[in-house]
Amino acid sequence: MKLTGDKIFKISATIIATSALAILLITGYTLAVGSVPVIQKFGLNFFFGQQWNPIEGKEVFNILPYVLGTLATSGIALLIGVPLSLGIAVFLVEMAPKSLSVPISYLVELLSAVPSVIYGLWGLFIFQFWMRDYIQIPLTKYLGWIPLFSSSQSSLNIFTAGAILAIMIIPTIASISKEVISAVPNSIREGAYSIGATKWEVIHRWVLSYGRSGIFGAIILGLGRAVGETMAVAMLIGNAIGPVAMPISLFQPGQTMASLIANGFLDTTRGSLASSTYIGVGLTLLFISLIINVGAHVVMTRVFKVKGGAVE
Amino acid sequence: MMTTSSIAKEENISQLKPLQQETICPTAKMQAINVDAWFGQKQILKTVSLTVKPNTVTAIIGPSGCGKSTFLRCFNRMHELVPNSKMTGKILLDGKNIYDRQMDPVQIRRRVGMVFQKPNPFPTMNIYDNVAAGLRLTGAKKDTNLDDIVKRSLEQATLWDEVKDDLKKPGTSISGGQQQRLCIARAIALQPEVILMDEPCSALDPIATAKIEKLVIELKQDYAVVIVTHNMQQASRVSDYTAFMYLGELVEFDETSKIFENPKNKLTEKYITGEFG
Amino acid sequence: MINSYGFRKFKNRFFFIICAMCVVIAVVPLASILFEVVTRGAPQLSLTFLTATASRGGIGPAIQGTLILIGLTSLIGVPLGVLSGIYLSEFGNNKYAQSVRAINNILTQFPSIIVGITAYGIIVITLRSFSAIAGVVALAFIMIPIITRTTEESLKLIPNSIREASLALGAHKWRTTLSVVLPSAKSGLATGVLLAVARIAGETAPLILTIAGSRYFFQGLNKQMAALPLEIWKNSLQSSPTLQAQGWGAALVLILVVLSINIAVRLVSRSRMKT
Repeated sequence: MKLTGDKIFKISATIIATSALAILLITGYTLAVGSVPVIQKFGLNFFFGQQWNPIEGKEVFNILPYVLGTLATSGIALLIGVPLSLGIAVFLVEMAPKSLSVPISYLVELLSAVPSVIYGLWGLFIFQFWMRDYIQIPLTKYLGWIPLFSSSQSSLNIFTAGAILAIMIIPTIASISKEVISAVPNSIREGAYSIGATKWEVIHRWVLSYGRSGIFGAIILGLGRAVGETMAVAMLIGNAIGPVAMPISLFQPGQTMASLIANGFLDTTRGSLASSTYIGVGLTLLFISLIINVGAHVVMTRVFKVKGGAVE
Repeated sequence: MMTTSSIAKEENISQLKPLQQETICPTAKMQAINVDAWFGQKQILKTVSLTVKPNTVTAIIGPSGCGKSTFLRCFNRMHELVPNSKMTGKILLDGKNIYDRQMDPVQIRRRVGMVFQKPNPFPTMNIYDNVAAGLRLTGAKKDTNLDDIVKRSLEQATLWDEVKDDLKKPGTSISGGQQQRLCIARAIALQPEVILMDEPCSALDPIATAKIEKLVIELKQDYAVVIVTHNMQQASRVSDYTAFMYLGELVEFDETSKIFENPKNKLTEKYITGEFG
Repeated sequence: MINSYGFRKFKNRFFFIICAMCVVIAVVPLASILFEVVTRGAPQLSLTFLTATASRGGIGPAIQGTLILIGLTSLIGVPLGVLSGIYLSEFGNNKYAQSVRAINNILTQFPSIIVGITAYGIIVITLRSFSAIAGVVALAFIMIPIITRTTEESLKLIPNSIREASLALGAHKWRTTLSVVLPSAKSGLATGVLLAVARIAGETAPLILTIAGSRYFFQGLNKQMAALPLEIWKNSLQSSPTLQAQGWGAALVLILVVLSINIAVRLVSRSRMKT
């Protein structure tokens, strides 16, 4: 076979394009190998136990509190962030005049450009006190007898971390929902208006219902971002460790998988069981994040193949 | 064949227009008085006036771009939904200006129904819900006679026999002609007083078109119908009155037979004889 | 239940206000972040602050480290990303390319901390030390998928007629791609590269596990290194107000870099769309 310039070009481009696959495989392999020691040692308890003891000779590393902590903060983020994002998307597409919607969507996108560590810094010095004064103190005062709202003294807690995540996932969910809503055919809106629907009824009963699978995809992508977000959460969640990190109350310090790695990794010795533990946490996070992102990818490709027009 | 622009140069249409209507016609169901409309800077309608009598079919014809669809959409305040649109003048419904401050477009649209150029049944709803959607907005529930109204509307739209076993199927699952009749049923369900139709057959095949035309004639027993069409045969088949529009102006408006057999205006004559369009 | 007209109108108003408030709630944090970073960071700025080491109250090593990271990562990430993008755009009509595209899309959404662990696993453990090169590898893993995607998207915008015109002149496909298609897409490519640079400049989590921070200027690719985001993180956890203030100063420098890239890109691409 003769190698022409075109063939070399195609072959080299193909090989290099494999880098995406390579990154994924290297990541999976490295994490799997690295977490073998800790999983061998604790078995299923690694995932389902709550204990944590770094003292040499008595080491126990179980990660259930951090898996649950990740679910709790992401859940809070979605509960707060999804309605806000949808409100923004609806406002930008259906309500605001173009002269207003262009600069606003630009501002919302800027939210996603701010580095996570700066959210963390702002959270440490400003946002946590907003949360404490306007949410934590009133809620615990009146509803403190419910375990969910019982309070520790600190405003570095699961709720603060979830709230900052909510802000951080707004650009993701809002911008995709915006495109989904813009892609709803105008003939549907006209039909609804023609039978005497108010603007809100058109949005609520027709537009959002038509775009629901796309919006669902946007929410899953937002969830993916919330699950993997590290720095801001690590700085604001209160860095609890062991059984006390089990998320029982909104206003107690907690820990997510990602924040655990960021907060604890530097203190471990290379090759120790502890360092294998962090890699095992990473592997678990990889798994969860893969499931979420593959799900989002499947939903989004289906939505935009069926309805035409490209997002993402 | 002459081009439209040369026609426009040859005839000064403003001079040939009938006198502008200022007086209110007491027998009219709807009456447009000196309607101007714009998209941004572009003027689409220039002082158009028209009377719609009850229990008649009024056709609006004219070459594409003459503003006939825009004019129609002024009758149920759909025009104002387009960004940067503007409209002046009056449109009366039973003698009351629908553009008055205290009139609400949402309620106007329930009294003046609309059928669009492309059938647009709601894709997320089944056939039954498509018809019931308008009634549900005001809180109608199963226990009211919703079933009866849906049935009656579908019957009146001559669709009942074809879909009575498939009421739970999506509104978009039926053929184009059936979809358009579903949209008519959807408008009828609200028991409007006027039905506006914006080239309702332009996306349909001849058989489906014939069914809709037959339906339009039946509908005038209960409603006043205004139909925009670029098909002159259709206008002559279904309508009692015909308005001819050109470049945003109403050139001639009269009984359909007079327009087609004995047009007063040269431009109208040229259009209906197919010299341009 | 009758849904009275007054109630429907009230709901209409109500949700308009709610949606507008959602916008306000989202913009307030942005405004507050910018305000605080500027007002707390600006007093720090001085030549010493920007160039000196920590012992003299500066963030010079962090700025240097971030510039080194950006430079070296781009050296690896840009060519690999652009070539992958070329593959997906110009040869991407097959099953294999589709799966590469899907994996690439998923990688762009990946938690960056995982990439940090990977770089730790393959470089830090092998070299037995935190090192600048591990940071470069981690950031390259983040950058490559982003550039691949933006490259593919901007190449796909180039009309086929341009490719055909060149092929019709007898040019080979590789020539056509490199000297006709790529140059026509250069502003799209530049946009993608800049946004990727802005993204990796702010990445913090992977750096904790790779370069690990340093008090000194660059000492070698196999040594620990400082970087702006790490500096912000470490200073924010200090109790000393002086160090905290230095953290805000570093945050101002970082946000100026990141946001000015974003704003510039947006302005350029908007004026491009207008013409």
